[in-house]
Amino acid sequence: MNLTLHVWRQPAPGQPGRIVDYPAPDISPDMSFLEMLDVVNERLIERGEEPIAFDHDCREGICGSCGLMINGAAHGPMKLTTACQLHMRSFKDGDEIWIEPWRAKAFPVVKDLIVDRSAFDRIIQAGGYISAPTGTAQDANALPIGKPEADWAMDNAACIGCGACVAACPNASASLFTAAKITHLGALPQGQPERMRRALAMVDRMDLEGFGGCTLFGECQEACPKGISIDAIMQMNRDYVLASATKVEAKEWSGSA
Amino acid sequence: MALKLDAKIPSGPLAEKWDKHRFEMKLVNPANKRKYSIIVVGSGLAGASAAATLSELGYNVSCFCYQDSPRRAHSIAAQGGINAAKNYRNDGDSVQRLFYDTIKGGDFRAREANVYRLAQVSVNIIDQCVAQGVPFAREYGGLLANRSFGGAQVSRTFYARGQTGQQLLIGAYQALEKEIARGGVRMYERHEMLELVLVDGKARGIIVRDMVTGEIESHAADAVILATGGYGNVFYLSTNAKGCNVTAAYRAYKKGAAFGNPCFTQIHPTCIPVAGDHQSKLTLMSESLRNDGRVWVPKKAEDCGKEPSQIAEADRDYYLERKYPSFGNLSPRDIASRAAKEACDDGRGVGPGGRGVYLDFADAIKRLGRQAIEERYGNLFEMYQRITDEDPYTRPMRIYPAVHYTMGGLWVDYNLMSTIPGLHVLGEANFSDHGANRLGASALMQGLADGYFVIPYTIGDYLASNKLEKVTVDHPEFTAAKEAVEQRTRRFLSINGTRTVDSFHRELGKIMWEKCGMARDEAGLKQALVEIPRLREEFWRNVRVLGTGEGLNQSLEKAGRVADFLEFGELMCLDALHREESCGGHFRSEHQTEDGEAKRNDERFAYVAAWEYAGEGKAPILNKEPLAFENVHLSTRSYK
Ligand SMILES: Cc1cc2nc3c(=O)[nH]c(=O)nc-3n(C[C@H](O)[C@H](O)[C@H](O)COP(=O)(O)OP(=O)(O)OC[C@H]3O[C@@H](n4cnc5c(N)ncnc54)[C@H](O)[C@@H]3O)c2cc1C
Ligand code: FES
Repeated sequence: MNLTLHVWRQPAPGQPGRIVDYPAPDISPDMSFLEMLDVVNERLIERGEEPIAFDHDCREGICGSCGLMINGAAHGPMKLTTACQLHMRSFKDGDEIWIEPWRAKAFPVVKDLIVDRSAFDRIIQAGGYISAPTGTAQDANALPIGKPEADWAMDNAACIGCGACVAACPNASASLFTAAKITHLGALPQGQPERMRRALAMVDRMDLEGFGGCTLFGECQEACPKGISIDAIMQMNRDYVLASATKVEAKEWSGSA
Repeated sequence: MALKLDAKIPSGPLAEKWDKHRFEMKLVNPANKRKYSIIVVGSGLAGASAAATLSELGYNVSCFCYQDSPRRAHSIAAQGGINAAKNYRNDGDSVQRLFYDTIKGGDFRAREANVYRLAQVSVNIIDQCVAQGVPFAREYGGLLANRSFGGAQVSRTFYARGQTGQQLLIGAYQALEKEIARGGVRMYERHEMLELVLVDGKARGIIVRDMVTGEIESHAADAVILATGGYGNVFYLSTNAKGCNVTAAYRAYKKGAAFGNPCFTQIHPTCIPVAGDHQSKLTLMSESLRNDGRVWVPKKAEDCGKEPSQIAEADRDYYLERKYPSFGNLSPRDIASRAAKEACDDGRGVGPGGRGVYLDFADAIKRLGRQAIEERYGNLFEMYQRITDEDPYTRPMRIYPAVHYTMGGLWVDYNLMSTIPGLHVLGEANFSDHGANRLGASALMQGLADGYFVIPYTIGDYLASNKLEKVTVDHPEFTAAKEAVEQRTRRFLSINGTRTVDSFHRELGKIMWEKCGMARDEAGLKQALVEIPRLREEFWRNVRVLGTGEGLNQSLEKAGRVADFLEFGELMCLDALHREESCGGHFRSEHQTEDGEAKRNDERFAYVAAWEYAGEGKAPILNKEPLAFENVHLSTRSYK
């Protein structure tokens, strides 16, 4: 296939960027999208031009490194598919393809198609864990967990932290990412003791990082390569409201003691 | 000068060694722990679990990884599961049996004491992970589910759908983030270790490159832990993530750490076959598929071009079931891979280029229904379909072996310390537990055992028993190491030749795969030992790395890794050449039984080959750690 690429090039953070056009002839439909970019890069280097920088590692759709806006869609046209798992057979000969980085205030561009997603790690730091220091655990089967609860936890734990939800959201909200973690841990009995504190701290952190608010457009759910549902956001909102209420109560309690 | 290899195996009966050792090791007083600083390079299962646990104990930890977040370490990609001797199925499992299976699976080339300890702590790992909220698969009654994996006749593998590595890593990552928030760990993402620094013969720090700003930084500490994963990417095509590398381990080797059994590499039998020259990596189809899939090729070469559904039952050769009736499709990896290669060499391979065999689910779908298969392997089937454009529910998968795991790694003693005092090595980066072949679901177990339950004890003993002078990054050793790294960076950028880094990497990979891959022989290895130095010479003369050292430069990152692979590949071939026997994943064509099975030579080779760097242009020195088998009987491995 012969394609034309329009790629965002930006040399460094804070510097101006622009779209540059590259012809991409002789592309095989069996290539993955990133393999297509590899080929384009090899040709660029041979011509003495700097290759296009993009994040990637596993190329199996699990590490969450890759993230590209492809023709305006996060990870491109295939549902439930990361850019690294997208194959060129999803395109036709002669297609023009626009490739851009995730666009969000909380995800500044590092170079070309690479953005800084460290805000996600800081949301997890705020409370996205169960405090269980090594060595403190009881026998694993001492705590039976119903299959439906375990499955629901797993559905949400499947998040790969790629940031597609943020990129797809008109408000650049990180609600789906944050809610997936709150829901994963909140679905399990081990997660209960810290549940309220977790919801408050993570949601507050998300706002602090500069992500937008959620207005339930549902674009995130459409873009999520792991199929995480916005039901998680409902769960997060319920936990947050409850936590806010109980926080007030907790204060009253300590005040009257 | 030959090294003195002291494995420091505690005395006493096997089952009591670890307990006894734990009691005898020195402790660091809780109030003193915060005075010690520890560098952990790597945030995979081994690194993240170690960094989090050491911080919980009170040490000052710095952790480094090359990805943009510790959660993306390559452990994330593990699919199938993690072993533990819980015996929840009541099917005869025990610590002793997991120990035995692992020693036998490794073809009697691992150290008994380490493997026994691994089996012992395996049970704690599952407890720990559940407490962290890892959503393992469960039965309707609420208890944990298990599946079977190759090389075992009990069902001891715990799993979280087809994403076990992801869930275990997220558990460890969350513990790590908790400690980062508490201030116990300082995390350095997008930082690549490029040199190890020794002061007075002890590991005291590292030199890293900030991959965003390009700055070369020095970091000092009281001890260094490498948990930098495996080196399968020396073959270019492998199931490893693109960034996996040997650099950290190889730099340590050049500073005096012995490298154990570099030629022991694992070729996984079930991967999606190569589709073309553009291929950038290979995708694993989890071994768990062999629980329900049956492996076959046509009996007659002339049937290979036919649609599989048009080949009658009687014309199919279910070769694993035929050759290994008691393990069948669940034969260990080295055996299953070699059998696939044989079938294809025999002209009975299927798919493009004749390099593939069928993995067929038709019987399982008939027996259990499509839904059950979907539940078990749905995500793998989807992945297969996405890559190949074929539907595995109606047409058997095509699979072929691919490089997957490296049993070799830096040599460590029972305390997981290398031959450099203060340098500890965990996870896939060390050589310790899997001998010449790793059993499925045992790498995750080992990484977490090392990080959660071994190093937290043994590093305390090191710190408490050694008087460590205060060292800062102003020390001349740091200045010299930093200068060397900067010079190397400048050199890459100044060559300005005609070939890309990837083109060299591909060419090296081809040499390694053909001459040091699934089958090796003297002539091929000797040829590789001529070809690799030639390629390396061309690399340093003709590679083209554009851009600058200041700022993000992916070609520069790759150049550093490939330069190390180009030296390390030679060490692998040397090791493979010297080991004149077949064992596990190391198959020397000259050493096989009449029916084509690996033929070990215990008299000559029941040892760990620990290679010592002897200086630029000099042949490395072979040191041997003899392996004593006091608890299992050295026998010919049979899965028939
Ligand atoms: C596709 C696949 C499936 C697998 N499935 C299973 C399975 O089902 N069961 C099982 O038991 N095993 C499985 N394995 C093997 C297992 O996943 C790995 O052996 C294991 O996860 C390795 O963990 P680790 O912590 O040692 O290293 P890794 O997870 O590879 O982590 C290495 C870390 O080191 C860092 N690093 C590396 N080099 C540098 C450097 N120079 N500077 C700074 N940082 C560096 C990286 O950033 C990373 O954080 C699988 C492997 C693959 C490839
Ligand atoms: S590269 Fe890992 S998810 Fe795409």
